[in-house]
Amino acid sequence: MEIRKIKASEITQRVKELFIECNYFIGEDIYRALSDAKEKEESETARNILAQIIENDDIAREEKIPLCQDTGMAILFVKYGDKVVVEDGSFNEAVTEGVRQAYEQGFLRKSVVSDPVFDRINTRDNTPSVIHTEIVPGDRIEILAGGKGFGSENMSKIAMLTPSKGIEGVKKFILDTVREAGPNPCPPMVVGVGIGGTFEKCAQLAKKATFRSIDTRNADKRYADLEEELLQSINKMGFGPAGLGGSTTAIGVNIETYPTHIAGMPVAVNICCHAARHASAVI
Amino acid sequence: MKKITLPLTERDIEDLKAGDSVLLTGTILTGRDAAHKRLYDLIQQGEKLPVDIKGETIYYVGPAPAKPGFAVGPAGPTSSYRMDKYTPTLLDLGIKGMIGKGARNRQVVDAIIRNKCVYFACVGGAAALIAKSIKSEEILCYEDLGTEAVRRYTVEDFPCIVAIDSKGNNAYTDGQKKYCRE
Repeated sequence: MEIRKIKASEITQRVKELFIECNYFIGEDIYRALSDAKEKEESETARNILAQIIENDDIAREEKIPLCQDTGMAILFVKYGDKVVVEDGSFNEAVTEGVRQAYEQGFLRKSVVSDPVFDRINTRDNTPSVIHTEIVPGDRIEILAGGKGFGSENMSKIAMLTPSKGIEGVKKFILDTVREAGPNPCPPMVVGVGIGGTFEKCAQLAKKATFRSIDTRNADKRYADLEEELLQSINKMGFGPAGLGGSTTAIGVNIETYPTHIAGMPVAVNICCHAARHASAVI
Repeated sequence: MKKITLPLTERDIEDLKAGDSVLLTGTILTGRDAAHKRLYDLIQQGEKLPVDIKGETIYYVGPAPAKPGFAVGPAGPTSSYRMDKYTPTLLDLGIKGMIGKGARNRQVVDAIIRNKCVYFACVGGAAALIAKSIKSEEILCYEDLGTEAVRRYTVEDFPCIVAIDSKGNNAYTDGQKKYCRE
C-alpha cells in the first residue's frame, strides 16, 4: 500500500463538523428509544418529561443549536492508518484546531478548565480534548467523536474486582453504581460497561461502550444477554425519567470486554445521560 | 399546572407541594459551582456580596452561548448536589428558591425546612426547550468565569416541578419508591 498524504486542514474540518453534528442532532437510536419509552411509561410525570426531552431534541435539530448546554469535554477514538502522513501540520494539532473551531463557530459551551485542582481557569475554547489513538494497518483515518457531559461522567466508577467475585460480583457492582447515581445523571441513561483489560483499559472500554449505538448488542451472546438482563434490572429501580419516578431509568446497557490478567477482573461503569452524543467519519 | 410570579411569596412557598408542576414567571439569578464558591468565600470572610440574594430564586445553570437571533443559548439545569456544601449558608442568608436537578443532602433539606424555601427541578438535558422560556439575560458579576458568570434571567412560564417542598417532602424519593419493582 502506498503512503497517503492527508492535509491537516481536512482533518480539522471533519473534526469540527463531527462535534457540531453530534451536539445538534441526537442519534436515531436514542430518539426512537425515548419515543418508545414514552408510550410504555405508566407515570404521567414520566411521560411528560419524556415528551419534553423529545421536543427538546426536535428543537435542537430544527434550529441547529446544542440539545444540551453541557456540550461536554471533546473525546475522540481514532483508528489511524499506518500509511497516512499528515501534511502541513500534525494530527493532534489538526484535531485540537477542529475542536476549537467547532466550539467557537458552533456556539457550543466551553467547559474545560486549565488545571484540575489549583487554577481551574476556563481555557475558553474547550481544548484540550481527550484523544485515544490506535494505529491500524491501512491508509485511512477513522474518527469516532463525542461530547461527554459531566453530570453523568461524575457518576461513573471503576472496581478492580478479583476473579472469585464472578458474574454476580460484576452485576452487583454495575447495579450498585447505577443505584448510587440515581436521579443525578439525567436519566434515562445509557450505561457503558468495560470489563477486563487493565485499570486504564477498562475505563476506556466503558467510555467506548457509551459511544456505541444502543441498537447494537455485544457480539458474544453471553454479554448480549447480560446487557439485556442489566437493562431490565436497572429499569426496576424506579428512578425513571429525570429521576422523578418511572420505569425508564436506562435506555441502553452496552458492554465492551478485553482479555485480562489471571489475578484480575476489572469492571468500569461509565454513565451517560439521555443526550448520548457521538458521530463518526472516515477520512 | 400552577403559575407562579416571582419573587416567591411566603404564601406561594406554603402552597407548593412536592411533585407539583409549576410555570415560573419573573426574574431569577443564575449561579453554579465557581460562583457558589466565590459567594461562599466572601460570606466566610464577612464581605458584602456583589448581588443581593435576599428573596431570590437561583438557577444552577451554565448556558451555552446564544446564537445570533436568540435571546439566550441552551440553558438546562446542572446537578444540584455539587452546590450542597454552600447551599445552607445561602438559604440562611435569604435565598428562597433553587432550580436544578437531582438529589440534595440532608443539610440542604434541613435548611430548606428551617428557612421555608423550595427546591424546583427542571428536566436535565432539555436545554434547547428550557431556553424558550428565558426571554433575556444580563450578566451581574463574575464575567471572567465565562459560562459560570452570575446572570439575571427574565423568564416566562419556565417549566419545573417541585422537587423538595418547604416541609421537606421529596418528589425524587417519593417517585422512585412508587415505581420501584425490586
